[in-house]
Amino acid sequence: MTSPMVEASSFATYPGAVRPARHHWVDSYGVHIAVCEWGPATGAPLFLVHGGSDFAGTFDVFAPLLASAGWRVISWDHRGHGDSDHAPLYSWDADVRDALSVLDAITPDPVPVIAHSKGGGMMLQLAEALPMRMSRLVVIDGLPSPEPHPDVSDHEQRRFSSRNLADWLDHRRAAAATFRKPGTIDDLARRRKRMNPRLSDEWLRYLVTIGARKDADGWRWKLDPAIRFGGFGPWRPDWSLERMKVLPVPLLGLTATVEEEMGWGTNHKALLPFMPPSARLVPFENTGHFIHVEHPNEVAEMVLEFLG
Amino acid sequence: MTVFVTHNQVKLALHTLRNGERPALLLLHALGDQSPSVVPPEFDAWPGPVFALDFTGHGASTVPGGGGYTAEVLMGDADAALSMIGPATVAGRGLGAYIALLIAGARPQSVRGAVLMDGAGLAGGGDRPGPVMVRGVPGRATVPDPFALVELSADIRPAEYVARFAELAAEHSGIATPVAVCGRARPDWLKAVLEVQGVREMSLDEALTTFSQL
Repeated sequence: MTSPMVEASSFATYPGAVRPARHHWVDSYGVHIAVCEWGPATGAPLFLVHGGSDFAGTFDVFAPLLASAGWRVISWDHRGHGDSDHAPLYSWDADVRDALSVLDAITPDPVPVIAHSKGGGMMLQLAEALPMRMSRLVVIDGLPSPEPHPDVSDHEQRRFSSRNLADWLDHRRAAAATFRKPGTIDDLARRRKRMNPRLSDEWLRYLVTIGARKDADGWRWKLDPAIRFGGFGPWRPDWSLERMKVLPVPLLGLTATVEEEMGWGTNHKALLPFMPPSARLVPFENTGHFIHVEHPNEVAEMVLEFLG
Repeated sequence: MTVFVTHNQVKLALHTLRNGERPALLLLHALGDQSPSVVPPEFDAWPGPVFALDFTGHGASTVPGGGGYTAEVLMGDADAALSMIGPATVAGRGLGAYIALLIAGARPQSVRGAVLMDGAGLAGGGDRPGPVMVRGVPGRATVPDPFALVELSADIRPAEYVARFAELAAEHSGIATPVAVCGRARPDWLKAVLEVQGVREMSLDEALTTFSQL
């Protein structure tokens, strides 16, 4: 197994972006999870959780802002994402279990968790299952919504057709022999921009140098090609909403207001009846799915105040 | 004879229990079980070749590390088998019955009738989510994979979701009765499936006779 640590000089630069200070592996029942940390090793631990088809490096600007306040900021690449193992199987429950493996490796104490997108849904589940492990939860554009979200759709129900099912099965049949399409840094940045048009070209080029690897024929996203947007599953979104009502952990929710293809599409007003009584919900005007990338300082300030 | 079919990183054991031309029969075992080594007596009258698939984490198939089982992925296992053997009648016990129904809805042109029989893992985790748990299974990889047992016995099967697969089978298979319910257990999802036109209770013998003549 190679180390997830890569020479810092091979990364592009981006204003305010800092690569993690430490990298290590956590073994989650045989799946190797790449874990990274910013800030003082002796600081109080705080966890950041990325969303579907993302990776921990998407926190390279946001995490250092929290680290500079003294927190030991820990994040990891989900199975099949970033530098973690491409696993034979993927499921929502496996992602939550891997998350707990990472927490277990750091501390048995309750910790604050900040989660983006699909990571938010995962952490709501972890908070409900093991409230004694989480002191506070911040969800950035990842609260449940009556509409299925693109990065959790393999978990949730939608009105699927035989075409959806056949496409999904065709993808499974080909998965063992599928490789991601190679390209230049600009090619990969452009492809990602179609999903998140609000992210700057400079930021996307920076992300390519972390979330992709350079092969002889070009750059390829590290994301396991077996992972695919647009699936189906038995989970009903309203079950998540009902669960959120009784969440036993203090919650701060940040919601985007501009729709993106890879966005969450959460309607702020529709969520209010399902928020736990003490929760705070903050809509960000004229902001897309990556609220912490568009407004890193404002989000960090809000989070630090919430963490106390 | 056993061949291995690749499904993502998993090598699935596909056993030929009897050679022949057509019609083909594919057997799917129950949760925690594995394929039989010979054609079981109740399928002896089947006129064509008989195949049996070991699901991921079962029998001679790969036991993957770290779990992550879903019924939908096992439907992909069944599809991988169909990609090797071509159109077939799919007969499943327990979990295998549920997967037979899913693949009948997802590949209506390839499944020439689904036979649903009793067995372990038929009900799954029920119609609604139960208590939230984070389940880990420490220890060495064994067969059947403990992760498969834990995750696939908690797998939620909401009636309206499952019935949709039966509807798709009825709409697109071109078979008047594409799903035969031959067992006695009636978990909620199966009650809902029995409401769908094209799904009928019948004896195993009747189901095999009907599907072998398609």
